[in-house]
Amino acid sequence: MDNADLLFKVTLMNSSYTRCVDNDELEVWPEFFTDPCLYVVTTDDNHRRGYQAGVIYADTRGMLHDRVSGLREANIYEKQRYRHIVSMPTLLDVADGTARVETPFAVYRIMRDGRTDLFATGRYLDSVRTQKDGSLRFAERVVVCDSSIVDTLLAIPL
Amino acid sequence: MNETGTRPAIQREWTAGQLTRVPFWVYSDPEVYRTEQQRIYRGPVWNYLCLEADLAMPGDFVSTFAGDMPVVVARDFDGEIYAFENRCVHRGALLCLENAGSNAKGFTCVYHAWAYDLQGNLKGVAFQDGVQGKGGMPKSFCLEEHSPRKLRVETLCGLVFGSLSDDVPPLEEYIGEAVLARIRRVLRKPLAVLGRFTQALPNNWKLYYENVKDSYHASLLHLFLTTFEINRLTQRGGLIVSPDGGNHVSYSIIDQTTPAGSEYKEQGLRVDNAEYRLKDSSFLEGVDEVGDGITLQILSVFPGFVLGQIHNSIVVRQVVPKGVDLTHLNWTYVGFTDDTSEMRRLRIRQSNLVGPAGLVSMEDGAVGGFVKRGVAAAEDERAIVEMGGEDTSSQDTRATEASVRGFWKAYRRHMEL
Repeated sequence: MDNADLLFKVTLMNSSYTRCVDNDELEVWPEFFTDPCLYVVTTDDNHRRGYQAGVIYADTRGMLHDRVSGLREANIYEKQRYRHIVSMPTLLDVADGTARVETPFAVYRIMRDGRTDLFATGRYLDSVRTQKDGSLRFAERVVVCDSSIVDTLLAIPL
Repeated sequence: MNETGTRPAIQREWTAGQLTRVPFWVYSDPEVYRTEQQRIYRGPVWNYLCLEADLAMPGDFVSTFAGDMPVVVARDFDGEIYAFENRCVHRGALLCLENAGSNAKGFTCVYHAWAYDLQGNLKGVAFQDGVQGKGGMPKSFCLEEHSPRKLRVETLCGLVFGSLSDDVPPLEEYIGEAVLARIRRVLRKPLAVLGRFTQALPNNWKLYYENVKDSYHASLLHLFLTTFEINRLTQRGGLIVSPDGGNHVSYSIIDQTTPAGSEYKEQGLRVDNAEYRLKDSSFLEGVDEVGDGITLQILSVFPGFVLGQIHNSIVVRQVVPKGVDLTHLNWTYVGFTDDTSEMRRLRIRQSNLVGPAGLVSMEDGAVGGFVKRGVAAAEDERAIVEMGGEDTSSQDTRATEASVRGFWKAYRRHMEL
């Protein structure tokens, strides 16, 4: 696969991913990841300082499923949904079937009262691995938010 | 420096000494907010400022807050930590424009280059003697007579606290023996920062601080803990309230010999959901680091410090008011400098339970806003704070609002309200 093909496939994966989250099909969200994996939501400040903790930190697909179960069964939050706007990915490097990709995003949050606010901007720092069947999955998706402030709470994954 | 008494009493009705009813105007009145800044945050309290780990070397500094007041905390070359108002005495501009930094020799205001040392002393005024014999400050102007307000600083277990008051008791006395022991129980070794996040809460700071002290809500609002039997009011646990009411500890112990209580089923409460099972519960398999079986401990020191331990996750929270209806909650996830990589991973995985996206705590980010919106037309109505009676004493149950009443006891004393 040449780099143009790879970037096109990453772009398609990003659009599927954001469609999954924005359309509230979170039950299939973990399927975008390898198992084990790394999904971290952090901030630019933490990332620059090398701090490893995230507001969300999952390193197995099971933990991703459990977060969705939490949202469905346990956690209390006002009805809300997201609208992702995802830009073009930049290919940072490719080695041993794993591509490192950086993609900027903006996420708007629509609340039950009808209000839409800019909720987060940032970049996805991804390690994308080609699977045996040719499909791509995230071995790592580190969501580096530009702001260090989360408004109210972060329920739905970014 | 204590400013108590410089502002007339708040002209509102609240039965003297009453702790079981809280009028909703206390969360929304701008006059109350202004008075809190004077009588609480700049009054005889200890404000949590930062970690000593932020100030490892001389020349290290952070900017933080004591209520509304912007504060610089720095370690000087004598090895001591100093804290002072982040305000140039000349025209009032911020002296420090960074969140944190290193290798500072001092601070120079960007506006007119007035210079300060790391202790907040004014050391130089640009063109003090004028230019070519013209202008300049009067000969009578004395640098030593001008400095931003300085805070008394005390440290405890790697935590840095500051006070604007000369009258506040020493920090350990202020916290009280019982609560102090529970801080030492968790923060046993030098701290390492694992991450920092700020959560913007759409409500008055007191609604969040009451929530921290409210041991009654924990297993009712937060389904995650209850379902997985991390925390049930029917588990062994208890509540410690400091004699002055301001500081508290709530804790629970998983007791394997006690069968899961039927109290939740009997009351038909939402929180008992047998269908809910985790796919990967390995992150909840903690290590009993202290050896006392306490899996959850929440602790607060009036007016803005919270220390949380849940299994092996340790989090310091700083509550910073940002106006009547906005509060910043600064989370610092910590471990110890000598943690193994396995231990660090355990803490980081368990920190999924807390923070702005916490499987346990995310609801706390929203409930204050629910109250704020709920009481929009109820300024003169009152909240009921009567679980467990009327007093503020320590109890061996968490089905009580004793520590919320303790908060109001301390609050009303400080506010002379």
